[in-house]
Amino acid sequence: MKRKLLTGNAAAAWGARLARTDYVPAFPITPQTEIIETIANWVDNGEMDARMVTLDSEHSMITAAGAAATTGVRVFTATSSQGLLYGMEMLYTVAGWRAPFVLVNVSRGLATPITLEPDHNDILAARDSGFLQIHCATCQEVLDSILIAFRLGEDERVRLPVIVNLDGFYLSFTREPVEIPDAEAAGRFVSSYDAGNIPFRASAPVSQAVAAIGGTAYSYFRYETHLAAQNALSVYEEVAGEFTRRFGRTHDAVETYRSDEAEYVFVMIGSFATKAKEAVDRLREAGWSIGLVRPRLLRPFPEEQIRRVLTGKKGIAVIDQNLSMGKGGVLYMELASALHGQANVPPLVSFIGGLGGRDITPEEFYEMASVTRTAAETEEIPPPRLLYTKGEIREVRKLQAIAHAERLELEPEK
Amino acid sequence: MNETKTAFKRMKDLPSTHLLGTGTPMCAGCGGLQAIHEIYDILGEKTVFVNAAGCMTLLSVYPFTPFRGSWLYTSMGSAPAGAQGVRDALDILIQKKRIDSRENLNVVVLTGDGAANGIGMSATSGAIERDLDFIYICYDNEGYGNTGQQYSSATPHAARTATSKGPRGFPGYKKDLFSIWASHKPTYVATVVGAEPVDLARKVEKSKKMKGPRMLIALSPCPTGWDFNPMEAVEIGKLAVRTGVWPLKEYADGKVVHTKIPGRRPPVEEYLKLQGRYAHLFRPDRNETLLREIQARVDAYWDGVE
Repeated sequence: MKRKLLTGNAAAAWGARLARTDYVPAFPITPQTEIIETIANWVDNGEMDARMVTLDSEHSMITAAGAAATTGVRVFTATSSQGLLYGMEMLYTVAGWRAPFVLVNVSRGLATPITLEPDHNDILAARDSGFLQIHCATCQEVLDSILIAFRLGEDERVRLPVIVNLDGFYLSFTREPVEIPDAEAAGRFVSSYDAGNIPFRASAPVSQAVAAIGGTAYSYFRYETHLAAQNALSVYEEVAGEFTRRFGRTHDAVETYRSDEAEYVFVMIGSFATKAKEAVDRLREAGWSIGLVRPRLLRPFPEEQIRRVLTGKKGIAVIDQNLSMGKGGVLYMELASALHGQANVPPLVSFIGGLGGRDITPEEFYEMASVTRTAAETEEIPPPRLLYTKGEIREVRKLQAIAHAERLELEPEK
Repeated sequence: MNETKTAFKRMKDLPSTHLLGTGTPMCAGCGGLQAIHEIYDILGEKTVFVNAAGCMTLLSVYPFTPFRGSWLYTSMGSAPAGAQGVRDALDILIQKKRIDSRENLNVVVLTGDGAANGIGMSATSGAIERDLDFIYICYDNEGYGNTGQQYSSATPHAARTATSKGPRGFPGYKKDLFSIWASHKPTYVATVVGAEPVDLARKVEKSKKMKGPRMLIALSPCPTGWDFNPMEAVEIGKLAVRTGVWPLKEYADGKVVHTKIPGRRPPVEEYLKLQGRYAHLFRPDRNETLLREIQARVDAYWDGVE
């Protein structure tokens, strides 16, 4: 074991290397590229005994990943944003192949407008695909989660691909101290890849992913996939528990921070949750009883844990770094459905922020806490709040004025 | 082809037992199924077919398959990428000694012309560029056959399809998939038709011995899409070759060789008039302009052949 300053991307590459990945189908996209560049260098230098192939697109990349996992090798791949959506057909398809592999998604806002910095609309678009989802808040978590993800996806009770998500820029390009597990210990933890009962071999022909015409057979296979994803809840507990015993670090399905005795709670996913932790500490100093709940596992959704840590609170501020157009925050909807019908459900107040990498400031966290407390006290729940400041609207107005002036400049005189 | 030793000199040399099972849901007289039958007999059962959405996807419907070997359905656009994943994984497993090399398989992509000429072109071009060791079979029924024969970029000029029912039929021209492949400098490209089984068998035999990207484009007379009597399927396939509409040729080592040069070519209309998709060229009035244009294109092609 050694401790090193690593970016989130480098931590992801280390995860793939320590998991003894055999095969890396790739396609470059900002801000994921450092992952595949790092792996390519290791493969070239003989430091990683894997084959890497750059495909013509993410659609092809995910197809090759699923096909290779089905044939019997351990597969790692990575993408981001537009790439994840370009491969969306194959996300659904290969999940149905029950081909376990790990895909790292480096979150980045979606077009239009095209942008580079993160939010979670990309990864949440994959929510219903059959891939399991682990969301990271630190670079250490990225590395550890990849090792956990291989074990989770390959477990015979699960057999599903897993996405490990990290935020572009905030994690992908940020160096943090990361403990890199000893290669032997990591290898023992992940053990060797088992293709299960569906590999392609000359001596044992199989038909994989054939058509199922008629709703009866189709429903059967879809239900099977859902039940397997649900099995992943208890398998996750086992695997994460074993990880803790071997490596000493704990990665619960739902992280809680100072929330056990708290009256109010922030709920959010991803790296911005570290900003929420800071805000919790400041608010605590100011006399608030407040904490943070951060689901790491989003699929399967750990409903029992969510209910356990959120019922009985006075108020919940749900902060979504995504926007379902015409509805609101996706995490908010997930929580609302998990809590619906339970006893002592606190008011859920929805906030949308951090789109395209926009910061969420400490003052905004304080304001969200305050709005949530008012909602709890008045029993009047406000509509979803889109975080945006007067300063920002003034900035956009300035840009619009420049665009307008430039256009007038170019227009021929009438 | 003369320089190569072949086990297939005449019809009686062709395999007399067949690998592909019967009772598939393909249409009666399906020229695509005929070609696949013939190809599979020579490729053998140590194959994994990697399929893209099309008519042949319905060969394997849970829980039945006519294949003795393996099968993987991918998507309409990415069968060559699926082949890449399977090939790479088998290579890794053999190289790392996790499986015996006797477990190796020929990786065979199976798609229609819609996937081969359109939605799958990027994945195909990538696979050839990476020198993927695979065989690609395209059954070319000159349209999106499985969805009811809408025109594709492989549809010939003037053919009536479900999306070109006007008096002049399809306004575009059939995409030259053979040349697109050849321009990538792959190991092998050939055109075949099930109605010329000896020529087909020699090409499959030859390509099977090679490594790298190999393509077999099989013209697939389609009774439902082209609107003809299923019993005419073989005759239409033969006429496609004799009239010069479907040149039988192969590309290898940078050279294109025609494997069957029709001597006296009958007029193309002998081929066209058997098919309802060209009926508008003959009734109510002969469309001399279009018929001449089609004949002129075929003539111009053969004028360019040594």
